Amino acid sequence: MKLIEGLYYSKDHEWVKVEGEYATIGITDYAQDSLGDVVYVELPDIDDELDAGDEIGIVESVKAASDIYTPLSGKVVAVNEELVDTPEAINKDPYASWIIKLEISQVEELEKLMTSQEYEAFIKQEG
Amino acid sequence: MTGQKRTPLFDCYKDRARIVDFAGWDMPVQFEGIIQEHHSVRNKAGLFDVSHMGELEITGSEAELFLNTILTNDIKKLSDNKVQYTLLLNENAGIIDDILVYKYSKDKYWIIANASNKDKDLSWIKRQAKDFAVSVKDISSSIALLALQGPTASEILASIGCDTTTIKFFSFDSSLYINNKQCMVSRTGYTGEDGFEIYVNAGDAAGLWDFLLDKGKEYGLVPAGLGCRDTLRFEASLPLYGQELSEDTNPLEVGLTSFVALNKDNFIGKEALVKIKDKGLKRKLVGLEMIDRGIARTGYEVYYEGEKIGFVTSGNHSPSLSKSLAMALIDIKHSNLDSNVEVLIRKKMHKAKIVEMPFYKKKYKR
Repeated sequence: MKLIEGLYYSKDHEWVKVEGEYATIGITDYAQDSLGDVVYVELPDIDDELDAGDEIGIVESVKAASDIYTPLSGKVVAVNEELVDTPEAINKDPYASWIIKLEISQVEELEKLMTSQEYEAFIKQEG
Repeated sequence: MTGQKRTPLFDCYKDRARIVDFAGWDMPVQFEGIIQEHHSVRNKAGLFDVSHMGELEITGSEAELFLNTILTNDIKKLSDNKVQYTLLLNENAGIIDDILVYKYSKDKYWIIANASNKDKDLSWIKRQAKDFAVSVKDISSSIALLALQGPTASEILASIGCDTTTIKFFSFDSSLYINNKQCMVSRTGYTGEDGFEIYVNAGDAAGLWDFLLDKGKEYGLVPAGLGCRDTLRFEASLPLYGQELSEDTNPLEVGLTSFVALNKDNFIGKEALVKIKDKGLKRKLVGLEMIDRGIARTGYEVYYEGEKIGFVTSGNHSPSLSKSLAMALIDIKHSNLDSNVEVLIRKKMHKAKIVEMPFYKKKYKR
C-alpha cells in the first residue's frame, strides 16, 4: 500500500496536503484499492462552504458507490474536473488525482488527522 | 467466518484473489481487476470458478413428464446431450429460479440451480416429486464447475486434445477427458461470449484449474472473478436471479416468453400466466442508457414526468461499450423504445433513454 510522507490522513481514507492556508484532498491508495476500478466521480461546486465530515463527492467503482467526506472545514476553491472524464486516474495514481482544494477555516482540525505512520498502523488494524 | 462454504478450488486462488461472501460462499470477486478481467474474457478468455452453483440429478421413468410439469420450457423438444434454459415457477407464476436442464436420456437429467436458490429449489422439487416415479438427488458437493469463456476458449480446449467442434451451442459431451480426468463439457455460459462450462468431480477440480490456466496462458487465458461475470452478463442483458428475476416477477414481463411453452399440456404456474397474459402485462423489463452522467444502481426508482413508474434491476458502467447502462422493470405504458425517463440517483433526477437489449451483441457459436 503506497503512502506519502508529509501528508495527513483521515479514518475515512482521505489524504490531505497542506500548503499555507490551502488543503488539497484526495482518496488514499488503500481506498482506491478497496473500491476497485473507478468509473464515475461526482464533485462539489466551487465556493461551497463545508464543515469537517461533509460529503464532497461520490466515487463509484464497478462494484459500488462510495461517499467522500472532507476531513477539514473550509471553502472549496478548486475541483479536479479532469476526473470527470478520466475517473480511472484515481486507480492509477491516487495521490496525484486530487478531488478538491479547500481554503482551510479551522487549522486545529489538522490535529485530529493521522501521519503516514499512524495511518499505516490504522489500516493494518482495520484490514 | 463460521459456516462459510468454500468450493474445492478455494485453495487455488485464495492468495491471489479478493474474496467476498456470495450467497454464503467465499468466492473470488476479482483477481487483477474487474475491468481488466472483463476485457480479457471479451478479447481472449477467462476461467471462472462457479462451483457454488447447485447440481440436482433427476432420474426415473417419469423424469421427462415430471420436469415438464414443474418447468416452463418444453422438455420434450430437448434431445439427449442437449441443454435447455428454463424456469421454475410457483402457482402464481412467480419465478422460483432460472435454471439449465441437461438431458442425458429420457430418464436422467441434471438441473443446474443458482447457488442462492439451490436449497429452496431442492425442497420445492422434492415436494412436487411425490406423485411421480422419479428420484431427486442433490449432487452439488461432489461436483465442481469451471467456466472457460471467451473467443479463444475452443482453441484452448483443442490445444489440450479436447475437440469441441461437435459440441454445438447448448449441447454437451460427458465422455471427454481433460488432464486425464473425465469431464462433462457444455457449450454454455453467462458472459455473452463463446465458451464452455466444465463439470468435473470435486476431487479433480484443483488439478484441472491449474492445468487449464497453465495451458491457456499462451491463448491469453486469465483467472476471472464474479465481479466481471456480473458486468459481462449485464452487457449481454442476461437476467440475474435476485435482480431481474424474483418470485415477484413473472417470465412474460422480463422478456423470457420464448422460454415458456404456454402451448404445452400443463405446468405449475401456467394457469396464472394465462390469466396474466389475458389481462395484459403491466410491466416490462427495458434497457436504459443514461443521458445525464451517473450510474443507475439496483433498486433506484425510475420516473416518467414526475410519476414513479418502476425501478432499476441492474445498472453499471459498461466496460465494453463505455456507457452507463441499466435494466429496469417499469410500467409497460412508458416502455417504448427511445422514449425518455428519469432515474432518481441520490435525490436528483437523471435523464435516461430506453434502448434496445441486449446492449452487447452475443458472440455465441451456433
